[in-house]
Amino acid sequence: MENRIEKRIEIKAPVSRVWRAITDYREFGEWFRVKLEGPFVAGQISRGQITYPGYEYLKWVAVVQKIEPERLFSFTWPYAKSLDREHYSAADHSKDPTTLVEFRLEKTKNGTLLVLTESGFDKIPADWRLEAYRRNDGGWTEQMKNIERYVTQKP
Amino acid sequence: MFAALGDQTRLLLVARLADGRAYSIAQLTAGSRLTRQAITKHLRVLKRAGVVHSRRVGRERLFEFDPRPIGEMKEYLDRVSEQWDQALARLKSFVES
Repeated sequence: MENRIEKRIEIKAPVSRVWRAITDYREFGEWFRVKLEGPFVAGQISRGQITYPGYEYLKWVAVVQKIEPERLFSFTWPYAKSLDREHYSAADHSKDPTTLVEFRLEKTKNGTLLVLTESGFDKIPADWRLEAYRRNDGGWTEQMKNIERYVTQKP
Repeated sequence: MFAALGDQTRLLLVARLADGRAYSIAQLTAGSRLTRQAITKHLRVLKRAGVVHSRRVGRERLFEFDPRPIGEMKEYLDRVSEQWDQALARLKSFVES
């Protein structure tokens, strides 16, 4: 069991196109399903609201880390249990554990290789319990499962 | 938890405890090159991570493995992984269409 997640995906489009889809806050919002308040700025907090019908009460919050054009985009965000994402506020929880999400882009013969990593799960405290997390009605993973069902029903 | 398990000695201790039985420090120290003190130190780390519990039985302290933290972490990571599969599929669709 690794303390990080890595995904590799080939996208048939130029790096610049994929870069825009990831770093333009409106385009990011379209596929990630979140309405963001404004552009991503390195070092700044990004806030928004999840846009899936039925889950509009879920808040998005993240701290943008690096924006290296057409190479690396990264942000940190609270992991699902350290605090419930609905009520996250950086001022109150600046010391809470977060995970780091990194999007790395590479040009390939057919388009773009995107490597996504999420790391930092080793910072999750020892007394973490999935049960407590599941009991939270705003459970992120449950939402995402429903989100997927919704998306596949409405292509 | 990862730090607790990311140590050879502790992994071996967990492997031993994973048979579900309760062990005393003496039993865990027997057949090990490590001192009782070292084993105790490692058990304390595992206890803090919630992977091992101890209870007093008579004059002895017995240690038992708790599979829940590892199982739950694995389940959690599997879900996060699944979410990313879905999100990235949506990204791919979005860009390629």
